Amino acid sequence: MSEPPVLEVSDLKTHFFTKAGVARAVDGVSFSLARGEVLGLVGESGSGKTVTGFSLMGLVDAPGRVVGGSIRLGGEELVGKSERDWRSLRGRKIAMIFQDPMMTLNPVLRVDTQMIEAIRAHEDLSEEAARERARAALARVGIPSPDERLVAYPHQFSGGMRQRVAIAIALLNEPDVIVADEPTTALDVTIQAQILYEVQKLCADTGLAMIWITHDLAVVGGLADRVAVMYAGRIVEEGPVGEVLDGPLHPYTRGLIGSVPSHNRRGRRLTQIPGMAPSLLALPPGCSFAARCPRADSLCTAMPELVPTEGDRAVRCHHPHRADEPAIEGGSA
Amino acid sequence: MSVFILRRLLQSALVMVAMAMIVFFGIHMVGDPVYMFVSPDMDQADIDQVTRALGLDRPIWEQFWAFMTSAIQGDLGRSFVFGESALGLILQRMPATLELAFSALLLAVVLGIPLGLYAGLYPDSKTSKTIMAGSILGFSLPTFWVGIMMIMVFAVVLGWLPSTGRGDTVDVFGVKLSFLTLDGLRHLALPALNLALLKISLVIRLTRAGTREAMLQDYIKFARAKGLSRNRIVGVHLLKNILIPVVTVLGLEFGSLVAFSVVTETIFAWPGMGKLLIESIQQLDRPVIVAYLMMIVFLFVIINLLVDVVYSLLDPRVRLADRGN
Repeated sequence: MSEPPVLEVSDLKTHFFTKAGVARAVDGVSFSLARGEVLGLVGESGSGKTVTGFSLMGLVDAPGRVVGGSIRLGGEELVGKSERDWRSLRGRKIAMIFQDPMMTLNPVLRVDTQMIEAIRAHEDLSEEAARERARAALARVGIPSPDERLVAYPHQFSGGMRQRVAIAIALLNEPDVIVADEPTTALDVTIQAQILYEVQKLCADTGLAMIWITHDLAVVGGLADRVAVMYAGRIVEEGPVGEVLDGPLHPYTRGLIGSVPSHNRRGRRLTQIPGMAPSLLALPPGCSFAARCPRADSLCTAMPELVPTEGDRAVRCHHPHRADEPAIEGGSA
Repeated sequence: MSVFILRRLLQSALVMVAMAMIVFFGIHMVGDPVYMFVSPDMDQADIDQVTRALGLDRPIWEQFWAFMTSAIQGDLGRSFVFGESALGLILQRMPATLELAFSALLLAVVLGIPLGLYAGLYPDSKTSKTIMAGSILGFSLPTFWVGIMMIMVFAVVLGWLPSTGRGDTVDVFGVKLSFLTLDGLRHLALPALNLALLKISLVIRLTRAGTREAMLQDYIKFARAKGLSRNRIVGVHLLKNILIPVVTVLGLEFGSLVAFSVVTETIFAWPGMGKLLIESIQQLDRPVIVAYLMMIVFLFVIINLLVDVVYSLLDPRVRLADRGN
């Protein structure tokens, strides 16, 4: 890639200092994001994908703290910035969309209030100009009759419409990066498809880069350019989305893909990954997936590194699969 | 909205009638007021005459009917003791009580909300823990004891504030008000604080609980993600949400401030309705007691109605749900 990446995260560590011990929710995550690129961040609940998102926004609350690593946005180092600097960055350079659209908009404030304040927090703009920009943002995410919708309250919108409003708010100040934390999980499938389509168009049209946090591989397959699979606070596999989904190298990625219903043949049992995700408070030494991994052996008691492989991919495994092995045993349906 | 208010008014009327029955028949079970007005050397004929004069010789349902028919016309009977209209007596003393209650309400809001916000935003700080400990005291110490202690400390030992009466008053449209003069304010300070203590504690706890709950909500995190200043998040996004329960509870509590100012008024010799009630109970002045209780019920009914209206102004969801009906 000739252009420098818009966002570069290296060795990011976010730990939670609880009474029961230190939970290493994010433990050495690195990735980079180019302009207009969509990175899918995939993993089970508790794999650290949401905490990664909040770390990028500087929104990790006590007892959590970013304890190491670097986040560079447009070349500017964000780790260690004061709350004041963070506040000026949030919503202007990097914005976030949350999972549940029913909860993200303040129920007692009108949509225009919530949009205009987001603009005026960063720019000395007249109320009128801000309202005009808010109107344009609503129109851009496909909300019909934006003038009427501006003076409505959140409860007058459907879930899908609310998520569009949230996306419009994230777009207001034309940020470089949007962190989307499972924004379509709470929506039904048709609405989800519409929103994915809009988002894809936005990224292509404006050069907006996006981190799409999800556990839904189908969404990632349809939307993202690259995918990073997280397990127990670390990235275990990364690469272009098509190649990773077609020929996963890490046994965990294979397990995830194998457990997606649409990839299985009719009448066959869904394959599942045996065991449970480990507690972040008591991670075993070595590969954290070893206990559930069919390929684990004595080598796996040492932590494998995330090593680059061919085709701009990387995998953290002592015994990776070959890329040309079929993703599902017995051939795909 | 108007349909809603009309429906509520009808319900309120029913409550008033039911309450009138309970109060009227209930009060007739305690004591015989006739014996408060006769001397031991009177003979039976004299006693009968007093009974007739007070209208107590007729059967109770007849008395109730007479009471209700005149009550509808705004006459709640005449005081046995003063010989004046019972309602008039109460209304005369009402401004003093209302002044006290409003002052207490103001104190509860002005002190309770900021303290509660602070305790909710910084739950682990020493100041917050002190605030919360204080609110437990405010809840658990009995009003009369605190009142007496306040008189001890501020009036007797320190001599800063007067302990009884209203002090200088100013006439505004024929209503005497204390808070417009410095002397009146000095007289108002102790009883108002005494009456407010419980409500301050209540508001602190409500505000703190609301704050702690709201701060975890996604909309607060989303507001932070928009890059809003902390003042805007707390002052607008948070406050507007937690004001809903606070306004509701405070509105309802205002009725109890008026009703239970009885204790405070007695301790500080505040010439309000509460003091009148205590005196009337001691003298078995039935019409005044009944009129007072009816007044309080009326007050509660009106307050409940107002709270609903204000609530709908604060919460757009309630407003629209009603419009949809």
